[in-house]
Amino acid sequence: MAKLRTRKHRVVLNRSVGGDVGISVMLIIMGAFMFLPMLYVILQSLKPFDELFVYPPRFYVVRPTLQNFSDLFTLMSDSWVPFSRYIFNTVLISVLGTLGNLILSSMCAYALSKINFPGRGWMFEMIIKSLMFNTTVSAITNFITMSLLGWIDTYLAIIVPAWCSTLGLFLMKQFMDSSVSDSVLESARLDGASEFYTFLHIAMPMVKPAWLTLIVYSFQGLWNSGASIYIYSEQLKTFNYAISQIISGGVARAGASAASTVLMMIVPITVFVITQSNIIETMSTSGLKD
Amino acid sequence: MPDKNTDKTTVTAEQSGGAAAAVKRAVNRSDMSRAAWTWKEMKRNKVAYALIAPFMILFFIFTVIPVVLSLILSFTTFNMLEWPNFVFMDNYIRLFLDDDIFVIAVKNTLIFAAITGPTSYLMSFVMAWFINELTPKVRAFVTLIFYAPSISGAVYLIWATMFSGDAYGYVNGILIYLGIISTPIQFFRNETFVMPLCIVVALWTSLGTAFLSFIAGLQTVDHTLYEAGAVDGVRNRWQELWFITLPSMKPQLLFGAVMAITGSFGFGGIVTALAGFPSVNYSAWTIMHHLEDYGGQRFEVGYASAIATLLFLIMIGANLLVNKLLSKVGQ
Repeated sequence: MAKLRTRKHRVVLNRSVGGDVGISVMLIIMGAFMFLPMLYVILQSLKPFDELFVYPPRFYVVRPTLQNFSDLFTLMSDSWVPFSRYIFNTVLISVLGTLGNLILSSMCAYALSKINFPGRGWMFEMIIKSLMFNTTVSAITNFITMSLLGWIDTYLAIIVPAWCSTLGLFLMKQFMDSSVSDSVLESARLDGASEFYTFLHIAMPMVKPAWLTLIVYSFQGLWNSGASIYIYSEQLKTFNYAISQIISGGVARAGASAASTVLMMIVPITVFVITQSNIIETMSTSGLKD
Repeated sequence: MPDKNTDKTTVTAEQSGGAAAAVKRAVNRSDMSRAAWTWKEMKRNKVAYALIAPFMILFFIFTVIPVVLSLILSFTTFNMLEWPNFVFMDNYIRLFLDDDIFVIAVKNTLIFAAITGPTSYLMSFVMAWFINELTPKVRAFVTLIFYAPSISGAVYLIWATMFSGDAYGYVNGILIYLGIISTPIQFFRNETFVMPLCIVVALWTSLGTAFLSFIAGLQTVDHTLYEAGAVDGVRNRWQELWFITLPSMKPQLLFGAVMAITGSFGFGGIVTALAGFPSVNYSAWTIMHHLEDYGGQRFEVGYASAIATLLFLIMIGANLLVNKLLSKVGQ
């Protein structure tokens, strides 16, 4: 494989020992900066009450316990809206939002990548431009749109805008450009396959890494979505919002808030671990041409 | 499906691409006007429009129209209750001449973006480059460690615990224990510390999409180029980076820049969560916060739209400028 050849050729190139050492040291420093806070959350969540408040503060945990996690459920069972409702909301929003984005984006990506129709140039140009600003800009005017549609304080206000998030579409279109050969599609078309059939049965199976990436991106974004300006009702709010309420409870809830943060981050991290190689494969075609 | 003849023509056109396609089109088009030809092409590709329609309609409703509408509303006094009055540039004049806090917000936003954008871009690239030489298993593990903070939601709030303003905060506890300070520092309530700390936390969460794109880009550089380079006198990894790697992954470098710049303007949520709303003496107040204040809380939609329009122009402008600069690299 190419990777082995790389290593062999590094030897040929006579890498300096100083460079290797320097890079290793930098990697360790950066790794510590990135990893220690994550480790600290996990350790905090395992500390019994007395260890959370020792002086001077201790980084590690002496007697690890799952007490904080069970406290979290007790704490939440007292709340007005049951804890399970927040989780249900987050799962519902994440699943429906991701599903819609996947279907709409892949159809659109296929047409933009594989059909030469008038307007596709400027349409794709607009998609690229949309990557250059974030949704803060449109939040206020979207509020007006949502009121006109009557979607304020409904799931729709969160789910439907997620369907037209552009990063997934962009990545999928770029991946299709390079992974789905035009000649395969052409022969299918000449055999009389409809455009929709070639899309669903020929192009889609060839871009599995891209749709996994889109699912992961969309899911992560929705899973981590917190309070929204479109939602007032407590029973429509998300898991992330509930957690932020626990955390704002202050020092007394240090253990419970660390435990809830750990619960919250397990899902996206697990998803990434499973799909990492597919995401990296998709990213290899993510480039912008100048 | 349209009639066989036109279909065949475009088949060859699509396959051969480039000049050949242009020639075929020209022949095809010679007997009709441009509009008529476009209309014919549009009818022939009906199915393409059917495929893009659901996405594009929503994209227009929730992204394109809001931006245009903000621009229009920014010239009015809309407040969600009364019919908007046209006031031309008044909102913009008020922003720059009468709103001291907006000037602070612009300054903070630019400082924030000018530091986090380039730093996160460089960090993403350098880290991706460093781990590129590791074995695939180790590389996957290190990638996870670096990438995890950016996908773990509100996990950055742990920084609030570490820098908490009482003696139980990890940093304060250590500093007091070591005798460096005698009373705890209110890190997120202190004008000197709040911006730098927010920047550090933002950077901590910033190894995201650009980072992954660089990792993938480095993997796809053609290895024969390195061998050819070694023959042609590339002596060390720095020359290899400059003469072979960077030019080969220019598309990823451009895409990464877009992600880093857009990200560098999107850290408002982190600042709110850590420093409060508003932050002490507006020391970490950014344009995003000003927008939220006027749009989401005071419902001065016209004024907020002017802020949103300026923010939009700043973000697009920064992106186009940097992309222009980067595309010059290696030419």
